Amino acid sequence: MTRFAFVRYLLPLAVFAVIAAFLYKGLWMDPREIPSPLIGKPAPDFDLQALEDPTRRIDRKDMLGKVWMLNAWASWCVACRDEHPVLVEFSHTGLVPIIGLNYKDTRREGMKWLTEFGNPYQTSGFDDSGRVGIDYGVYAVPETFLIDKQGVVRFKQIGPVTPDLLRNKLIPLIGRLNA
Amino acid sequence: MIAELGHFSLMVALAVALVLGTLPIVGAARGNVAWMDLARPAARAVFVLVVFSSACLVASFVRDDFSVVYVATNSTRALPLRYKLAAFWGGHEGSMLLWVLILSVWMFAVSVFSRHLPKAMVARILAVMGLVAVGFLLFILLTSSPFERLIPAAEEGRDLNPLLQDPGMVAHPPMLYMGYVGFSVAFAFAIGALLGGNLDATWARWSRPWTTVAWSFLTLGICLGSAWAYYTLGWGGWWFWDPVENASFMPWLAGTALMHSLAVTEKRGGFKNWTVLLAIFAFSLSLLGTFLVRSGVLTSVHSFASDPRRGVFILLFLGVVIGGSLSLFAWRAPKVGLGERFGLVSRETMLLMNNVLFLAAAGSVLLGTLFPLCLDALGLSKISVGPPYFDVVFVVMMTPALFLMGIGPLARWKQAELPQIAQRLKWAFGVSILTALVLPLAMGRWSGLAAFGLCLALWIFAATMVNLWARVRSLPGDLPSRLRGLPLGYYGMLCAHVGVAVFVTGVTLVKSYQTEKDVQMDVGDTVAIGPYTFQFNGITEGNKENYVFAKGNFAVTRDGKPAGTMEPEKRQFLAQQEPMTKADINRGLTRDLYVSLGESVGKTAWTVRVYYKPFVDWIWAGCLVMVLGGILALSDRRYRRSRASESSAYDATGTVVLPA
Repeated sequence: MTRFAFVRYLLPLAVFAVIAAFLYKGLWMDPREIPSPLIGKPAPDFDLQALEDPTRRIDRKDMLGKVWMLNAWASWCVACRDEHPVLVEFSHTGLVPIIGLNYKDTRREGMKWLTEFGNPYQTSGFDDSGRVGIDYGVYAVPETFLIDKQGVVRFKQIGPVTPDLLRNKLIPLIGRLNA
Repeated sequence: MIAELGHFSLMVALAVALVLGTLPIVGAARGNVAWMDLARPAARAVFVLVVFSSACLVASFVRDDFSVVYVATNSTRALPLRYKLAAFWGGHEGSMLLWVLILSVWMFAVSVFSRHLPKAMVARILAVMGLVAVGFLLFILLTSSPFERLIPAAEEGRDLNPLLQDPGMVAHPPMLYMGYVGFSVAFAFAIGALLGGNLDATWARWSRPWTTVAWSFLTLGICLGSAWAYYTLGWGGWWFWDPVENASFMPWLAGTALMHSLAVTEKRGGFKNWTVLLAIFAFSLSLLGTFLVRSGVLTSVHSFASDPRRGVFILLFLGVVIGGSLSLFAWRAPKVGLGERFGLVSRETMLLMNNVLFLAAAGSVLLGTLFPLCLDALGLSKISVGPPYFDVVFVVMMTPALFLMGIGPLARWKQAELPQIAQRLKWAFGVSILTALVLPLAMGRWSGLAAFGLCLALWIFAATMVNLWARVRSLPGDLPSRLRGLPLGYYGMLCAHVGVAVFVTGVTLVKSYQTEKDVQMDVGDTVAIGPYTFQFNGITEGNKENYVFAKGNFAVTRDGKPAGTMEPEKRQFLAQQEPMTKADINRGLTRDLYVSLGESVGKTAWTVRVYYKPFVDWIWAGCLVMVLGGILALSDRRYRRSRASESSAYDATGTVVLPA
């Protein structure tokens, strides 16, 4: 009984130890270096309503023959807010079409976001149920996929796209895929 | 030279803090009075040294000394003086100095307002605070000195982040830190008590006002921050659940639980372990918040990778302080005992439930904040946990807490009778439900969410009034003298609870009835929202000290009658090419009108966002009423009475043998 009580008083310490371990590990993690099982595989099919216009549909097959980028985003996502200006800037280069995947969002909030922060997307698919996100293995937003002319996923970024990443990885890769 | 003096002064402060953190604590353990007596002068010396050092930093800002890296990164010549002063805490290094400065202010306050405390207790409390100061001073000196030189000096500074050039920046961080760091006093009391073994009602009575002050500052600080975000960020939100906000909210939740738990320990001698644990939690969460915000582990990995020493140091410090105090708790607390027994239905039970709910809420915020980091650490992914999670968790946890808030204060200590409570509250209950069902109709559209929220708010208010009435009725004399007969601490409690009701009303009505429109407007276009119509009269451009701006002009009419003009701005700062939105808000008791400029489209057209936000100011008003409650509680007579008789209950070293 008394031994039991002692354990109970140790509980807060144990919880803290776990948190501290995570914090320590968190300091050294680079979340952008995680491979995806999708790389080298055909991008999953989808056929979604457009965020801007429920009557228009976006089909993955329409993108065949082009190198393009799929970016999963949501208005409630804090990290997306950091990423957004980078995408807007990048979209001005016109290197590849960027298709948005508006993940588990509402039309109103999504549209509000685009009006306020600018719209880098050629169009955005409205994935309110998160169904397409699941097919693409989106844990959470933002995530970005680079898909080649044959519809094969060539690159996946978990977390925000950064200017560094664009310069050092994505733009060279786009060059090679378009060659 | 000034910067070097500031730096040197910090080093001396570190040396003094080391003495403060060791000798008095040893003295208290051995009954060495001379060593215990060192605590007060040492604490005051640390205070003076840190104040001097801070003054040096302020002087460097005021003199535009761009040979100091920190000044060069956070100021320019053109920056208005008030922001040069606020730029003190505009970056990492200065924020840390502000942390220590405020800690030293609290140490000074404890050294002054502790004459009635036993010597050993003062020695332990100040020593614990001294140890905390050692950690932060070391951190500043080793990794984040704001006095670092830039050779050769910069011609011009890089300017304070435009988002921070706002009156909110002047007041919000110091208030917030006063709260954060203020919990170090309750923490030091708890650790001191664990070390000394004197955990009793008197101990609770002493630590209670300190906790109340810290809590009031924290409430005010969070309130200011929220109000600032509302008018600065330009999208009309008042709380975003982002990690930095959560970092300040977790200590608030734990601190609120602590205040309630302290009441039980003081009045009934119960909940001792709880109270100590909550005091440790409140301060630990403050430290954790500092770590999360300052190390950048949550927001950006890169700001951290540039200097890994910082993160490792804070984490190490966190480990020593939190790990150390929780170990101490595990070691000493089992001997403290549980205190008085109480019935299943009693005020103790209600307050225990309050504690559990608030702690669970703090835990959920912590979970939501750290979950992305944990997944990341386990190599799963980087995710963002957003408002959908927090909103749901909060409604679930806070609904029972708000309901109990009506009942708890009416329940008797030790043993209460449910039927009796029900009897007293049945009218309050019925009236609040009926009113809540009807009231939303007055807003034009019935909504379940609104009825639910209003019901809780009305319930708190009605039950609080019933409580007041019950207390008043039991006193002799006429009404004014009866009202005067009740202690201020009691009014403080009522006031804080009413504040919660006001807050809940604001949140509910904004959530249920706010309307917003995003439109593209050209000169002469109008947009209608609620009963108001906005006409866009075009843009004027101009420049101020350190930015250029585009100012829109909107004529507002209500039912055809003029209701003023509104002028939102878009600012472009010169030193940092970052645009900033300055919304214009027309405030009112029952609604805010909110206009902000988006982007310019074509020659004269702009995207414009217009909001109609009913009762939004009640959110901050509610917080201010809570703060007022805190102030009332602190003004209570019993805190002003001489307490000579109390300290005589202790022996020379101030230790009292624990009850078996």
